[in-house]
Amino acid sequence: MGAVTLSLVLAASACGGGSSTGGGSNDSPKTLTYWASNQGASIEIDKKVLQPELDKFEKKTGIKVKLEVVPWSDLLNRILTATTSGQGPDVLNIGNTWSASLQATGALLPWDAANFEKIGGKDRFVDSALGSTGVPGQDPAAVPLYSMAYALYYNKQIFADAGITEPPATWDELVADSKKIQATGKQAIGAEGANVSENIHHVFVFAKQHGADFFTADGKPAFTDDKIVEAVKQYVDLMAKDKVIPAGNAEYAQNQSVSDFAKGRNAMLLWQSAAANLTSQGMSEDAYGIAPVPVQSGTPGTGTQINSMVAGINLAVFKNTDNLDGATEFVKFMTSDEEQKILNTAYSSIPPVRTAQDDPAFNTPANAVLKDTLAKSAAPLPQVPDESQFETAVGTAVKELFADAAAGRPVTTESVRAKLEKAQQQMPAK
Amino acid sequence: MTTTTARPAVREEPPGAAPAGAGRRTGRLRRIGLPYLLLLPALVLELLVHLVPMAIGIVMSFKQLTQFHIRDWGAAPWSGLDNYKVSVDFDAPVGEALLHSFFVTVAFTLLSVGLCWLIGTAAAVFMQDAFRGRGLLRTLFLVPYALPVYTAVITWVFMFQRDNGLINHVLHDQLHLTDEPSFWLIGDNSFWALLIVSVWKGWPFAFLIVMAGLQNIPGELYEAAALDGAGMWQQIRRITLPSLRPVNQVLVLVLFLWTFNDFNTPYVMFGKAAPEAADLISVHIYQSSFVTWNFGTGSAMSVLLLLFLLVVTGVHLAVTSRGRRTADA
Repeated sequence: MGAVTLSLVLAASACGGGSSTGGGSNDSPKTLTYWASNQGASIEIDKKVLQPELDKFEKKTGIKVKLEVVPWSDLLNRILTATTSGQGPDVLNIGNTWSASLQATGALLPWDAANFEKIGGKDRFVDSALGSTGVPGQDPAAVPLYSMAYALYYNKQIFADAGITEPPATWDELVADSKKIQATGKQAIGAEGANVSENIHHVFVFAKQHGADFFTADGKPAFTDDKIVEAVKQYVDLMAKDKVIPAGNAEYAQNQSVSDFAKGRNAMLLWQSAAANLTSQGMSEDAYGIAPVPVQSGTPGTGTQINSMVAGINLAVFKNTDNLDGATEFVKFMTSDEEQKILNTAYSSIPPVRTAQDDPAFNTPANAVLKDTLAKSAAPLPQVPDESQFETAVGTAVKELFADAAAGRPVTTESVRAKLEKAQQQMPAK
Repeated sequence: MTTTTARPAVREEPPGAAPAGAGRRTGRLRRIGLPYLLLLPALVLELLVHLVPMAIGIVMSFKQLTQFHIRDWGAAPWSGLDNYKVSVDFDAPVGEALLHSFFVTVAFTLLSVGLCWLIGTAAAVFMQDAFRGRGLLRTLFLVPYALPVYTAVITWVFMFQRDNGLINHVLHDQLHLTDEPSFWLIGDNSFWALLIVSVWKGWPFAFLIVMAGLQNIPGELYEAAALDGAGMWQQIRRITLPSLRPVNQVLVLVLFLWTFNDFNTPYVMFGKAAPEAADLISVHIYQSSFVTWNFGTGSAMSVLLLLFLLVVTGVHLAVTSRGRRTADA
């Protein structure tokens, strides 16, 4: 009895408190735990993609990697729990937009020059991907693993039926083309109105195109800036004023807009690296075309011509791993040219590794659009510690604006500003 | 282990036989100590599972526990009452949102508990008389209670979808009750959608408990009442409801606490960002801690919620036990 109590108390105190001292060790050099994010159409598909590669790694190094594919709905909570308890995986995937937020917790191994040297140097990675690995000027909290970009996916048949020969390059053209499509009885463009993260990715691009940033240079939120208000309104107006996003999409949060597109209900979809997803939903690759996301005018580029966030997945090492060398070795393996080609092909993403990017597999017309966008006209989401709060606060504001638009309530400059003001007030006080 | 050694000790002493001399004191000690010994395992587990986390939660509410400190939260700076001040400053957005969420939750809970009780009691009373298929119906009624929450709620979410959902198909496409298909998962209707799911999920429990309570009412009471000319409604009012009083007191309290604290239903229906009309306090606190990574404020809100529920429970128990005492006297 006493022994049981004692061990329970010990276990409890081991769970609490966190391990502040954890700086990594090499106490168990033969095993690693890897948390992978859900990149394929299902967790089972991910296991099928990843397990053979992990077996290869084991054959090469003798290190057994225990794989767990964590669904997106759980991943951040799991990482936070692991951070609090000190009991976590050795190596893990993080959404690259979380880099700065997670960097602030101090739970991830900083990639200083010495650590980068062990995996072949920082120069192996393209700059756009490195821009989403943490607060600028600090050692990155993770290294890029898969890169993705937004593109405009369009249904070739619906476009042909509506007499549209070329995909729209500006938002005005997109609205004009949408009217032609709606005249044929089809829906124009889908959106995930109730998906907080999707909303953020889009309003971020609109803000860039209006020449505005959600955060000031010193990291303070500036959500009520006139240009930000205009930018958010322009996105929501696609439903509220232009009526090219169907009102029903205001409640979409489970990728219903992707299925709508795959089923030929919508003519267009703004999505990141959707090819594998569309294939798994039974849409043939010949049925759709891929074009850059529209801009206000002209062609995509830098500054106000930005047309995508730098989307992607980073690979991080948990700081208090008990197999530091093995973890580093695993990161080196996963970012090697060969693995980069295999994995990014499987997930229809673009390798953030320069030498792997040159492979012909990533030069197909579809991939060329994504690669081009990443190289020339994509910008990272704000790399500030409050990024995750920003996503929730502003993403929810946009969701509420879509709900207003769908219910037929007016969406005005004032109502947009009011929602953004509320979002800004929810941000942590500095 | 303690229980096995202690039990024979009890058996050795026939009840009422007092050992003489020095044995008397140890005997009494044993007799007094035994219940506590028996309680010990439960106490220790209760301590570990309930009280320690609760105490830690209360400690956390006095800390500035943001992403910068969660890794080593023992060393997070103390923030005194700041988290509480933020939570109850109803003129500022955080406090205002919390208060709004609180009122939504109170309204939701009152309606849900009221309806659950009403439907559950009505069903139990109707199921009282034996008829063909009663067993089948009783089983059927309990299905919502037996289904896993996630499965049940996600099915409701599909039914509530605006474009492809069953609800709009019936209301709009078939009965033409609305000009436009309505949204149920966003906007103001989300409150009613949530209430429907909650009542659907909660009433079988009320049904089950009331049904059990009805078994204890002697049949002679009804027979006597029927002989005296009491109709069905009078029988319900004069016999059934007063006899169910003690059952109802517990039932309503339990339903209230469950509904007020329900996290699964709103979370599965609306995810991390609930519509304002259906912003229940449990999800609101989750959002204030996990999504904005401010666990200190989240804990402070939880402590406030705990205090509120303690007050409600205390008042409820005080009122009902006073009622019982006067009834006994």
